Amino acid sequence: MLRYLGKRFLLILPTIFVPLILVFLLLRLSPGDPAGMMLGDQATVEQIAALRNQLGLDQPIWVQFLLWLKGIVTLNLGDSIFFREPVMQIIPRYAGVTIMLTLVALLLAVAIGVTMGLLSAMNRNKPIDRGVVTTAVLGISLPEFWFALLLIFIFAVTLRWFPVAGYNPPSAGVVAFASTIFLPALALGVRQSALMTRMMRSSMLDVLNEPYITTARAQGLPESKVIGQYAMRTAAMPVVTVAGLSAGYMLGGAVAIEIIFALPGLGRMLVEAVGRRDYPLVEGGVLTISLVLAVLNLAIDLIYAILDPRIRYQ
Amino acid sequence: MTAHPTPLPADRAAPVSQARTVLEVENLSLSLRNADGLLPIVTDVSFSIRQGEAVALVGESGCGKSITASAIMGIAPENAVIDGTITLNGKVISGLSAHERRRLCGRHMGFIFQEPMTALHPTLSIGRQMTDTLRHNLGLGHAEATNRAAELLDRVGIPRARDILKGYVHELSGGMRQRVMIALAISCGPSLIIADEPTTALDVTIQAQVLDLLEDMRRELNLAMLFITHDLEVVGDFCEKAVVMYAGDVVERGRSADIVGAPTHPYARGLIDAVPAHDDGRTRLTPILGTVPPVGQWPEGCRFAPRCLRADSKCQTRPALERHGQTDARCWHPLEGN
Repeated sequence: MLRYLGKRFLLILPTIFVPLILVFLLLRLSPGDPAGMMLGDQATVEQIAALRNQLGLDQPIWVQFLLWLKGIVTLNLGDSIFFREPVMQIIPRYAGVTIMLTLVALLLAVAIGVTMGLLSAMNRNKPIDRGVVTTAVLGISLPEFWFALLLIFIFAVTLRWFPVAGYNPPSAGVVAFASTIFLPALALGVRQSALMTRMMRSSMLDVLNEPYITTARAQGLPESKVIGQYAMRTAAMPVVTVAGLSAGYMLGGAVAIEIIFALPGLGRMLVEAVGRRDYPLVEGGVLTISLVLAVLNLAIDLIYAILDPRIRYQ
Repeated sequence: MTAHPTPLPADRAAPVSQARTVLEVENLSLSLRNADGLLPIVTDVSFSIRQGEAVALVGESGCGKSITASAIMGIAPENAVIDGTITLNGKVISGLSAHERRRLCGRHMGFIFQEPMTALHPTLSIGRQMTDTLRHNLGLGHAEATNRAAELLDRVGIPRARDILKGYVHELSGGMRQRVMIALAISCGPSLIIADEPTTALDVTIQAQVLDLLEDMRRELNLAMLFITHDLEVVGDFCEKAVVMYAGDVVERGRSADIVGAPTHPYARGLIDAVPAHDDGRTRLTPILGTVPPVGQWPEGCRFAPRCLRADSKCQTRPALERHGQTDARCWHPLEGN
């Protein structure tokens, strides 16, 4: 088990570094000079050259790359060009929001997806199953921003159960936090929950046809145990896979939701930083997302290994 | 709670002929409900099994053997419509609710499946599967159940039982897997074991070992056994009685020695002639011409008539299961003993 995890851990290093190298190259090879953009139209050529020198942008690209590598290894990502403060101080302010949003959305998606999928599988081809499947297709087809606006209209504007926008960190209290995170998380999670519903339904239906389920029944085990433990154990695997993919998607793709709900999250920060050619901040943001994604993947692998002993021995 | 797989008092091991009846199946019919209505799968099956007796249910694939077994276990498909009476240890169980039927499984009936690799859970340990069953059916505690599971594995000839309990089905060989399956089936002291082609998926060398083990268990625990197979050689060696099924019908029923030695029904004769014999010097086997008609396309009268060399116009009406010589057969033109 430990060996397996160690191996998995080594495999996440490329997951972190490959996107970073791509970002390094992309930013430096794209048109537009950050020094010029920062100083504005009035800047003289000398002023721009001085800033380029200060930021190291006048160095050959491989020197920049080595400096950049050194920065990552020493966790010193430099100062944001726009905010003029260390990237390592800016990132946590934004990352917390996005990670919370993703986690709550994932939780909601799994809870809804597993419940609906099971309900559907247990009532195969009955009206309730058809209703769930139709709803799931609808859920997959609707874009998140549309769903977000719908939720705001119903629950914030009309019913006034939740604030329209804004964010309270968990430190402000559970209720305050929940009231601001629930709608955005639901808006973000609903498509994923629809995917998980379908996955849960089909994998449960597959597993229920397996001979070992017949064995469990023939041994006299009650149906609740047969479904809840014997079938769930194997049927959960594809759902875990989908949950991992969903989490990755939501981490990077929450920009629209963050903008609609005015959440100070990483996605919004990244979009703005790219617009300002704020190299250090973009790199810091991508590094953070890669790290979180890598940790998430490790967690998924761990869940796999717990669910399926065969994986541990490969 | 009920009987345990521990040595039995001598009086229970009475000769088969005087032993009490464990399972009685009377006029069992089963149809599947689909979009077009009811599709008959099994019609009018009757037989009984006494304590310590093995009865074979024989026939080609698709003749309704396995679904008959699942109807007895109460685990038939949800859309099955079942008719007839099933009596277990003197109690009519065919009218019980699904929940009550489930409570009989494990405790009173054990099931052995054809392919132990897929019939055992792939990601739960052997021990977990066995102790779950023992704890649920016998109300044992965890430690007690683990000890009992180890004893059971020991009993079916699995070495290092404690280690195997921690292992998983993919780590075992085919023979070991089927031994685990047998241990699981007998774990809660059932009086009836239903074995659905328990040796078909195994290597030939292992088949004999598993059959020997089943035979030992049957004698030791005085089990009634329903043995589903298409292998007539096994029937003759292993079972006292045999029920031959064809297209959802019982076509011949009687002592297996009589059926294997001198079958009355042409289909049973055909099955025997299709098996290579060791000693009669034939070089070619005699196949049964044609194939089993698919469910839903059974002929009106005798279902075997289209493939039967003895069929004539009389076979357009359905024959009854009647005594002919030593056995009961459903045939207008039974074979006289040879």
